[in-house]
Parts: sequence; C-alpha cells; structure tokens
Amino acid sequence: MITVLSFYLFALLTILSGAMVISARNPVHSVLWLIMAFFNAAGLMVLLGAEFIAMLLVIVYVGAVAVLFLFVVMMLNIDFSELRAGFIKHFPLGLLLAAVLLAEVLIGLGAIGEGGIKLGVADGSAAVPADTSNIEAVGLLLYSKYLFLFEVAGILLLVAMVGAIVLTHRKRGGVRGQIISRQNARRPDEATVNVSPEVGKGVKL
Amino acid sequence: MTIGIEHYVTVSSILFVLGVLGIFLNRKNVIVILMAIELILLAVNINLVAFSAFLGDLTGQVFAMFVLTVAAGEAAIGLAILVLYFRDRGTIAVDDVSQMKG
Repeated sequence: MITVLSFYLFALLTILSGAMVISARNPVHSVLWLIMAFFNAAGLMVLLGAEFIAMLLVIVYVGAVAVLFLFVVMMLNIDFSELRAGFIKHFPLGLLLAAVLLAEVLIGLGAIGEGGIKLGVADGSAAVPADTSNIEAVGLLLYSKYLFLFEVAGILLLVAMVGAIVLTHRKRGGVRGQIISRQNARRPDEATVNVSPEVGKGVKL
Repeated sequence: MTIGIEHYVTVSSILFVLGVLGIFLNRKNVIVILMAIELILLAVNINLVAFSAFLGDLTGQVFAMFVLTVAAGEAAIGLAILVLYFRDRGTIAVDDVSQMKG
C-alpha cells in the first residue's frame, strides 16, 4: 500500500514539476522546478530498487547540471519577458502536437497490454546476482562486461570538459601578467641605485 | 493493486511529451529548450530503469548511467555555446542564429 501511495506521489510531483519547468515565467524558477523533478524521479527509481542510479541522478543532475544552469541564468543579464513572445502563439499547435504524441505512445502501450506483440525477454547475461546490493551488482557488470563503454564515457566527459573550457576561455587585453623568467633574471644591482643628494635638493627618480 | 511496468512507462511518456511541448512553446529561449531536453533524457532514464527492474536485467541501469553522462556533457557544451553567443550578441534569442557566419 505504501509503495502504491509513494509511487503516485512521486509520479504526480514529477509530472507537475515537469509542467512547471516549461511554463514558469522566470527561468530561475524553471531550474528550481527541474531540481524538484529530478528529486522525484530519483524517488521513483528508489521504488524500483535502482538506488545507485537514483543517487547518481541527485548528485549529477542536482549537484552539477542544475547548478550549472543556475549559474548561466544568473550570469547572463537577459530580458526574459521579450523571449516569451511566442508562448501564446505557439500554445494551441504545441498542445495539439503534444496530445497527438502522447495518444500515440499510450495507444502503443495499450496494444502491447492487449498481447499479441512479442517483446524481447532478458537473456540472463546481465541478471541480478542473488544476495548482492544494487550498487554491487551494477559495479560487477560495469567493470567487466561494459568496461570499454565505461572508459569511453570517461573520455566523453573529458572531451566535453576540454570543449567547454576552449569555447568560453578568452584572452583579455590590458591584463598585466607575471613573467617568471624576467622576475628570476633580475639582479639587485640593476634594480637599485645608490644616490647621495645634496642638502636641500631632491632626488630625481 | 500493484504498480506495474505500464505505470512507469506512462509517467515517462508524459514527461517525454512535456519535454517536447517545452521545446515547442519556448522557441526563443535556449535555456528553457536545454532544460526541456534534460526532461526528455530524464524520461528516457526512467524508462530504462523501469524496464531493467521489471525484466531483472541490469543492462538498463548501466545504460541509464551512460545517458546521464551524455546529458551532463551536452548541458556543459550547450551552456558554453550559449555564453559565447550571448557575449557576441547580447541576447539569447535563437530566431536569428541563422544569421551567424564563419
């Protein structure tokens, strides 16, 4: 009973937050609703017994991606009201298309529920081992069968990081940087002078 | 009453359609479009994990992790391009991106 109740709670909140993400006036609110959607989706995944992916969702999405969005939204000084101009104009057509898409997906789902369409079954090569926790089982699979894919994912993240830095890095003019070789080559005798000024006269620098 | 795979697939398809609708409605605002893409990828992840759990096959969860990786990279690169575009033009309205050359 509690499972059913929590499923409906998480599902409703996920969908509501998703609707708020796309309809909020202020993009900062959109980002906050997105975080809410991710948290509730993580709850759904916990209900399914996939704790590892659920925690990954919270850490990666809420901790990194959503905060990145917040940074960008707040860093750029944008007039957002101007950007909402087409919202009402596109609303009827968008809603119609969305309704058609959802109807198609749900009809497909109903057709499968009726039977007659053969779905694939798991071949057992990645079956959940008995008495191992979810994270242990995922780790066993990830570091053996999918090791190469795992490394490719790491390279993908590296490329994304390098790409983001290369894209946004800029050389500023008029910035006085440190030239270490010149600093090290400087000797005391060329940096200082000894003068003995006469009484009543200044020193020319 | 038990929660079956259909319930999860329904939730994820509604979320997917919301993401598509978000792209349609916020045609000018790239930030919201990127967020709508994140919603779509989240829907895909829910689908993968649900099928993985109900089939007793962990491959779905491993692939959900890869989808997460791609989503993180895509958000980083997308926002970097957005910052670059904003520096160049002072706006993020995507209607006139087609004027970009070189």
